[in-house]
Amino acid sequence: MLFQSLKYSLIALVCLIFLWAPVQSWLLVQEFKLAWKSAILDAGVTSIFLGLGTFLLFNTLNYYRIEKKQLPISVVGIAALAYGLMIGAESTIESITKNSIEYMSGFQLQRILFAILITLVTLLIAWYSTTKKNATEEDQRRLVTEKMARDAELASLRQQLQPHFLFNSLNSISALIGTQPEKARNMIQQLSDFLRGTIKKDDSQLVPLFEEMQQLRLYLEIEKVRFGHRLSTNIDSDNASLSAKLPPLLMQPVVENAIKFGLYDTVGETEIVIKSRLDNGQLIIEVENPFDASTTMPRQGTGFGLSSLQRRLYLLYARTDLLTTTQKEKTFTTHIRIPQV
Amino acid sequence: MIKVVIIDDEPLARGLVREYLSSYPEVEICAECGDGFDGLKAIAQYKPFLIFLDIQMPKINGFEMLELVENPPAIIFTTAFDEYAMKAFEFHALDYLLKPFSKERFDKAMKKWINLHKQGRTQLLSPALHETIKQPEERTRIVVREGGNIRIVPVNEIHYMEAYDDYVKIFTGKEMLLKKKTMNFYEQTLDANQFVRVHRSYMIQLNQLTKLEPAEKDMYEAVLKSGARIPLSKSGYAKLKAALGI
Repeated sequence: MLFQSLKYSLIALVCLIFLWAPVQSWLLVQEFKLAWKSAILDAGVTSIFLGLGTFLLFNTLNYYRIEKKQLPISVVGIAALAYGLMIGAESTIESITKNSIEYMSGFQLQRILFAILITLVTLLIAWYSTTKKNATEEDQRRLVTEKMARDAELASLRQQLQPHFLFNSLNSISALIGTQPEKARNMIQQLSDFLRGTIKKDDSQLVPLFEEMQQLRLYLEIEKVRFGHRLSTNIDSDNASLSAKLPPLLMQPVVENAIKFGLYDTVGETEIVIKSRLDNGQLIIEVENPFDASTTMPRQGTGFGLSSLQRRLYLLYARTDLLTTTQKEKTFTTHIRIPQV
Repeated sequence: MIKVVIIDDEPLARGLVREYLSSYPEVEICAECGDGFDGLKAIAQYKPFLIFLDIQMPKINGFEMLELVENPPAIIFTTAFDEYAMKAFEFHALDYLLKPFSKERFDKAMKKWINLHKQGRTQLLSPALHETIKQPEERTRIVVREGGNIRIVPVNEIHYMEAYDDYVKIFTGKEMLLKKKTMNFYEQTLDANQFVRVHRSYMIQLNQLTKLEPAEKDMYEAVLKSGARIPLSKSGYAKLKAALGI
């Protein structure tokens, strides 16, 4: 930052010396009949003073942010600074030339007005640039905050693992320990593998479908232990779709929803059908469950499990049409489309 | 013998209760049921002293099943849901076991029941308290016993209700169903934005209303889409106007 302001001040100084100094020298020669040597000396010293002044000003303004209402007082202060600078320049010139020069008093007004003009322009530029810099910093901060909020939301949407699932599974394990300890141990293993799979997942890292399916199988095995013969599954994936990529842990809430829907809306056996295929560069996943239209509780929208998935897909893909549901006779189907990049 | 019925949709969960009960030689498990329908049959058939009841079950949940039992026996809930229980239930039901529960916790619940049984009582909760039991979710359906069948009526299909002694007549447009409950119960448990008690004996679903017409004196009647005319009390008329924002 110091380097930047130094650079700008140097540029300003060079500009003053090379652009204004010749004009001032020419003015002094023409109007006050000065010798060229004295005129150039005068213009040079004036420019150096002004340049140092602007440099100081720039540096100061970099550290103090001027509020809008402080502008008038700053203008007065800066005019005083310009006046002081020019008085300094005059006495320096006088001490160099070692004699009082009569043109000084005649030229003083122009010299000071010019100095005020230059310093004011400096003030305005500095004020404008710091305000703008603050605005961009604020913008960046807002962007970072927004991204963090979005990530947090995605994480919480992802982790909406039903605690009931965990408690009921633990209850099943507790029941198995008494009668079938080997099966209990097996279920603990499955549950651990499943839980491990649900943590440390990053939304930005897509996973291939076969990985997601492995995780899903663990989940289904546990549910089958819980519900016994009432629950069966049928997974039908074509090979091409297995290497297609999707955000992690996307399917589990859908299947969870289907199982809940199927098991609690019907009394008989429930078959959950999971299909996947690749279609026009999109991964299509369909999850079917039986349901009974006549007694199904009136549902708003797509139900909680699916609405959080809807939100997640929106945050990831900025689209709301990737998740749809259809009801046909006794089958409820959830369709998911994942664009493949 | 102490007759017990276990109602839970997960076989292993029933197995656990069975195993825990094996240390009580005086207990006889009459039936194990996988849903509320079987549960109702078993309760009617065996008249158990005690039931272990899960809440989330197929078709009708544990609360809905209980509503259909005339004189419910002592109930110990066994569920993984703590949302409703911890707040509203702990004091009303005999006990509330959160899955997974230990043998010690289970024995504590059994001890409660044994003490109660010694005093010759079956229930902790008085009928009045029973009425205030909160439903697990905003009531979206009503379960009615009709002859030997159990009917599940979505509340959206109810046109209006009429008090009838200890019963409430539920009119769905297609038919009339009788449910042993009070108007006060439904006034408390149904969504107040959807159902308005317009009279001591009547409650209507707002979106069934077509117009309000003056009847005799300065009284009004509500006319429903089906053409049914429901008398409005003074306070009912005021309530209805407030609900409609007029």
